[in-house]
Amino acid sequence: MGREECEALAKRALSFATVDETRITINSGGRGNTRFAVNQISTGGDNYDATVAVRSAIGKRSAVVNTNKLDDASLKAAVQLAERLAKLSPEDPETMPELGPQTYVEGKGWSEATASLDPNARANAARAITEPSRAAGLVSTGYLETQAGAIAIANSKGLFAYNKQTALSLTTTVRTEDGTGSGWAGATSHDFGKLDPKDLGERAIDKAKRSVNPVAIEPGRYTTILEPTAVGNLIQFITNAMNARNADEGRSFFSKPGGGNKIGMKVVDERITISSDPLDPEVYANTFSNDGQPITKTEWIENGVVKNLPYDRYWAQKQGKTPMPTSGTVRMSGGTATLDELIASTDRGVLVTRFWYLRPVDPRTLLYTGLTRDGTFLIERGKITKAIKNFRFNDSPIFMLNNLDALGRPVRVSASEAGGPGLAIVVPPIKVRDFNFTSLSDAV
Amino acid sequence: MLALDAARSAGAQYADVRISRNRVQSISTRERRVQGLSDNETFGFGVRTLVGGAWGFAASSDLTRDEVARVARQSAAQAKANRAALVKPVVLAPAPVTKDGTWRSPVKTDPFDVPIEDKVALLLAANEAALKVQGSRFVNSAMFFLREEKTYANSEGTFTVQTIYRASPTMTVTAVSQDFSDFQSRQSTDIAPMGRGYDHVLDAKLVENAPRWAEEAVQKLSAKPVDVGRYDLVLDPTHLGLTIHESIAHPTELDRVYGYEANYAGTSFVSPPEEKLGKFRYGPEIMNIQGDRMQDGSLGAVGWDDEGVQPETFLIIKNGIVNDYQTTREQANWLDWWYKQQGKPTRSHGCSYAQSWADVQFQRMPNVSLLPSEKNLKWDDLIAATDRGIAIVGDGSFSIDQQRYNAQFGGQLFYEIKGGKITGMLKDVAYQMRTPEFWNAMDMIGGKDSYWLWGAFGDAKGQPTQANAVSHGCPPTRHRGINVINTGRKA
Repeated sequence: MGREECEALAKRALSFATVDETRITINSGGRGNTRFAVNQISTGGDNYDATVAVRSAIGKRSAVVNTNKLDDASLKAAVQLAERLAKLSPEDPETMPELGPQTYVEGKGWSEATASLDPNARANAARAITEPSRAAGLVSTGYLETQAGAIAIANSKGLFAYNKQTALSLTTTVRTEDGTGSGWAGATSHDFGKLDPKDLGERAIDKAKRSVNPVAIEPGRYTTILEPTAVGNLIQFITNAMNARNADEGRSFFSKPGGGNKIGMKVVDERITISSDPLDPEVYANTFSNDGQPITKTEWIENGVVKNLPYDRYWAQKQGKTPMPTSGTVRMSGGTATLDELIASTDRGVLVTRFWYLRPVDPRTLLYTGLTRDGTFLIERGKITKAIKNFRFNDSPIFMLNNLDALGRPVRVSASEAGGPGLAIVVPPIKVRDFNFTSLSDAV
Repeated sequence: MLALDAARSAGAQYADVRISRNRVQSISTRERRVQGLSDNETFGFGVRTLVGGAWGFAASSDLTRDEVARVARQSAAQAKANRAALVKPVVLAPAPVTKDGTWRSPVKTDPFDVPIEDKVALLLAANEAALKVQGSRFVNSAMFFLREEKTYANSEGTFTVQTIYRASPTMTVTAVSQDFSDFQSRQSTDIAPMGRGYDHVLDAKLVENAPRWAEEAVQKLSAKPVDVGRYDLVLDPTHLGLTIHESIAHPTELDRVYGYEANYAGTSFVSPPEEKLGKFRYGPEIMNIQGDRMQDGSLGAVGWDDEGVQPETFLIIKNGIVNDYQTTREQANWLDWWYKQQGKPTRSHGCSYAQSWADVQFQRMPNVSLLPSEKNLKWDDLIAATDRGIAIVGDGSFSIDQQRYNAQFGGQLFYEIKGGKITGMLKDVAYQMRTPEFWNAMDMIGGKDSYWLWGAFGDAKGQPTQANAVSHGCPPTRHRGINVINTGRKA
């Protein structure tokens, strides 16, 4: 939906409101996908939906109702239900009043090339991978997803925010027919023009060929080079855990021993800065939060020191701080080395393509477990010498960034295990000491 | 019918349409306040078509005549585009036609008929009961309800209408040590989500159970860190359900076995079927694993799946040996040779599912359950028979590789067993396992009186990821000599 259409719809919904405060959030858009498996397209899907969320507040009582029926009668019914539920809800002492009009910078993440991608174009992108795979006697599987939509927020105090955004991702796993080798490649962007399906297919094919018949090496602590995707897989757990309230309440890695939080404390190597910016050209994102606060460029960790933690509006008020919304993007600082240079500088180590089934083990230390997958190699005397069996690790991204050896050039990666667009994240390849691999896996 | 006609006119040999209205209500609280109260409804339809052996799918929330016809044509056009890279055309196994089927979850009280005030009051009373326990600092509690009204029709003449309910009450109590050096949480994993109504919430007895969960959270702060090593594990059904989910239910999904999910969910070590069916020993003789969509109140229960097939109950593992896989109509044909050999008809087991009208249906797991043993052993019998072990209650952290060999599981509560008795609480426990070794190390299975239905809403698979809801029934089990690690670290 365009801006005017959203404004008109929001106005129509707000006209039915009778209580102190009402917020209307409109999410609309189309999604398309094509899946391929065993070198052919297996399924696909195209859908369009538009939903209206109505938040009604009476004093400190509130409730939310969502509907995807947008006619007058349905909208009115949704507003009435939200108001009725709000009346029945007990008072919440932490409820904050709706914001008045705000000033936003315009988001830039719309690409016509992505929005106009149809099933035929998606099928062509898939064939750029399936055909070379079949020709090489390999088996390709993959997924292309596009999203093109808009979000709008309007409230009874006159706030209006609108952003339209496209996103897409293409990921592929190429395996050998006998199942002894597997290679992955993937990319994501807001702009289809920035993706090269043929190149992705070639990278996955190359890895599949090189990963056959992996040998077992002993689990233990290894110097490890993580490709950017593997770094992206782990770094998002640091930003996900950043929340001032949880930290102040003593139930987070970011809790300070003795009370309070770790703002101002050094937690990782001083070469690490983690920031977010909705106008970063590599990771365009929404310029406002779900409750209508403007999102601007923010440093979360600067030179290894915690600079900011997200504060919701209530907690900020209670602690005497400025509210700080979370952001939909992450950028981690890097260096200038190429992946090849990181490998060449390594006497003995492990190269990881990506991680899988990452799950929290201990929130006190941000300890996670997970496994390597689709391209794990041994490095000896500066060269990749053999494919090795996958490992399970138990380690924390915080420990990892304290054992930092070297950083490469940051790039945007597809860091969602599920292969969808996921979090927009730019990270470098890194080389770390003593990464903790705890057991072997027979999975290829 | 309009959609099916339009799809056929556009060249589809087969088509099906699902129209669904999903209503979801959720209430979340922390300590003495309601954090969120929402009531959501989504209504729409999806049309799946088969053109020249390739699938197409399109969906919309606009149920006008013109839009229905447009979406049906769009689905067929997409199927034609998808034919471009076709190698092996899709062929559907035969399925009986159901002309006018209706089915409804076994619900005593429709959760949407219960006043919001009652639900809020129950959660806040449970929170209050937990906060009375010395040392419990934070309490989160929630209720979630779904009602899906789903109408399905296909071009072969099947027409079904189903009303499916799900209910999930949950609570988490967190204790923080005086000096802020440690925090521990206890989740209410002994209350599983179920395919039932508000009656399930009342049966969960949140207010009565809350003090126990709070006391257990506080106890965890002073529990003894585990010494690493090999232990005999006694696993409660509140824990074991997740281990079954990850290490048996997922690897016996037939699409994974044939590589269809290689790019995300992964493949399976239970392959190829020619080398596994009737041959591969998954576990001991006493191990029988059943697939079904029938168990009363289970999350997988339906009258018909999302391609109109009435599900059947089938044994995936029979006396410890792989006996079958989970299938849809497309996949049943892949095992035609095996069913012929067994003297069984080639038919889908009824495992097709889509999370909403906007998503295409594909193979999802039914309830996959470990059947109780004939000896009517109980939890206490398993503990009494164990000399040196760890008893685990409730599911916790979990991770498994993409072929389902190497897994690591935590839990909610861990107890040291010495000389047939529980001697104290442990913490920082996780076990690492290789699936076939873990199940072959099982030497005791509880009986039918200790059988319990574990459940999960978040079973993820497919691209885009779709969430499935399933139950896994099991009694307690014992596994000999499993590798236990200590997950505690210094920050």
